[in-house]
Amino acid sequence: MATAETSPPPVSEEFKIIQDATCTFCGCVCDDIDLKVQGHKIVEAKRACVLGTAWFLEHEIEDRPMCLIRGQEASVAEGIERASQILADAKYPLIYGMSDTTVESQRVAVGIGDWIGGLVDTTTSVCHGPSGMAFQGVGEVTCSLGEVRNRGDLIIFWGANPAESHPRHFTKYSLMPKGMFVPRGRKDRTCVVVDVRKTKSAKAADIFVQIKPRKDFEALWTLRALANGVDLDPEEVERETGQPYTLWTDLMDRMKAARFGVIFFGMGLTMTRGKHANTEALMALTRDMNKHTRFVCKANRGHGNVSGADNVVTWRTGYPFGVNLARGYPRFNPGEYTASDVLARKEADAAMIIAADPMANFSQPAREHLKSIPYIAFDLKETPTTRAAEVAFTVATYGINVPGTVYRMDDVPIPLRPAFESPNPSDLSILNGIEKRVRELKAAEGN
Amino acid sequence: MAETFIIIPGRTSRQGAGISEGKFKKNYQEEISQLQISPEDMQRLNLQPGDWVRVSSESGHIEVQIKPAKGGELPPGLLFIAYGDLSSRLMGADTHGSGMPTSKAFDVEMVALPNHKPAPAT
Repeated sequence: MATAETSPPPVSEEFKIIQDATCTFCGCVCDDIDLKVQGHKIVEAKRACVLGTAWFLEHEIEDRPMCLIRGQEASVAEGIERASQILADAKYPLIYGMSDTTVESQRVAVGIGDWIGGLVDTTTSVCHGPSGMAFQGVGEVTCSLGEVRNRGDLIIFWGANPAESHPRHFTKYSLMPKGMFVPRGRKDRTCVVVDVRKTKSAKAADIFVQIKPRKDFEALWTLRALANGVDLDPEEVERETGQPYTLWTDLMDRMKAARFGVIFFGMGLTMTRGKHANTEALMALTRDMNKHTRFVCKANRGHGNVSGADNVVTWRTGYPFGVNLARGYPRFNPGEYTASDVLARKEADAAMIIAADPMANFSQPAREHLKSIPYIAFDLKETPTTRAAEVAFTVATYGINVPGTVYRMDDVPIPLRPAFESPNPSDLSILNGIEKRVRELKAAEGN
Repeated sequence: MAETFIIIPGRTSRQGAGISEGKFKKNYQEEISQLQISPEDMQRLNLQPGDWVRVSSESGHIEVQIKPAKGGELPPGLLFIAYGDLSSRLMGADTHGSGMPTSKAFDVEMVALPNHKPAPAT
């Protein structure tokens, strides 16, 4: 619903084709989608997967006000004013989310965090945050998805289920493509899936390794030992991992024989007990394997621009997530400055949630505290988080209505090619307005 | 009688597509509100598809309908539920200094609710 302050742009009912549009639903960020657009509706999305098809075809201009303050329709200008006051008045404000918007918006959001001396955290903290911590511990031997496509001959998925979370992963990057050094495509590649469940991805594997739940760490260290020529007790290995020792020695032989091995890992590692210790073991294993052959690893990132969030927060503050700017300089401490923790411990006294839904995805204590403090929410659609917000903005959709840049899961920046204009404002325009007003309020405070 | 299982909340393509359709719409709500259980466990516990169970963790409990896992996806002793409001209610707030609550592969107790009548939708 358009409010009186702006008129919606005129809608052409003629078909138009947008070539090579970018899908921002998941971290694959497929930029080869041809969209057929009629007015404010996308009627066809060629080459899109099941998630991308829903992302494009279900995109509608929501019949909702652009701004709600305490559930009452308000102008965007009123929303910006109220949001700015909430943030400027807060003692320990939290800015959270940001993985489903452009790097341009992420940049401004971090700037606001700096002006108000707040916490800046992204959905990375409840996704691959532990991988970010492991990265700092042991480093990451990695590559672009293009290199995987052209070189990867042993592809391992560990605690990841791309068949459901990244449906074009296999066909566009990791298994099916015929590449420069794998000219026969799938025939030149061996696929291994390691998981506690026989997921849909397991069906694509040549070898499926079903390990005991919560034993990823032990399984990864078994492989590390084998990579480094350390003797292990076969009975203990089987007891701990749920798989016979010979399976692990066979897998290690294959890994050593690969010309270009790749491990894609998912939240089966980061969300399970051990968390950063699990991913640290995997990254260390990858490093170990480079004594024998070329081996890389890569996190299968979920949201369309969660990698962008890591990049932007890092180049603005020096740290990838969970950053405290209260002292005027950045401090990083996962567990202390991360969103889930500061809410569950009832520390944050205001929040700005950008394109995330903690009211659905956080623990109950965190949700209860968020509901009790004034917060601002930005989203394309109504969510449990927008429903409980003091100020809720309905914004235009990045990639469909709004141009900008996003980072694919391998940190390659990709431009967006929007399909049509939305009557709703972009989050960037609102964030710019909030940043300007917050600076004025903070300057007045200083006088 | 309650029995201990390990629960794996995770993503499904229907849940993902449901986000784009809308989180208050049928597809998403249905997908996040069904607990998958291995056919072996269903048979052993004399459970039928659509039966209600209560699942409790250290942090909370939920009441959900069950469905059998397809294609051997789950071994006995494991449960699966798509990410969403219900799975998060079972998750603890402690992140063990990582920022990430333990959101997968944690212990829960499951008990059948033979005479359960679900609360009307609000």
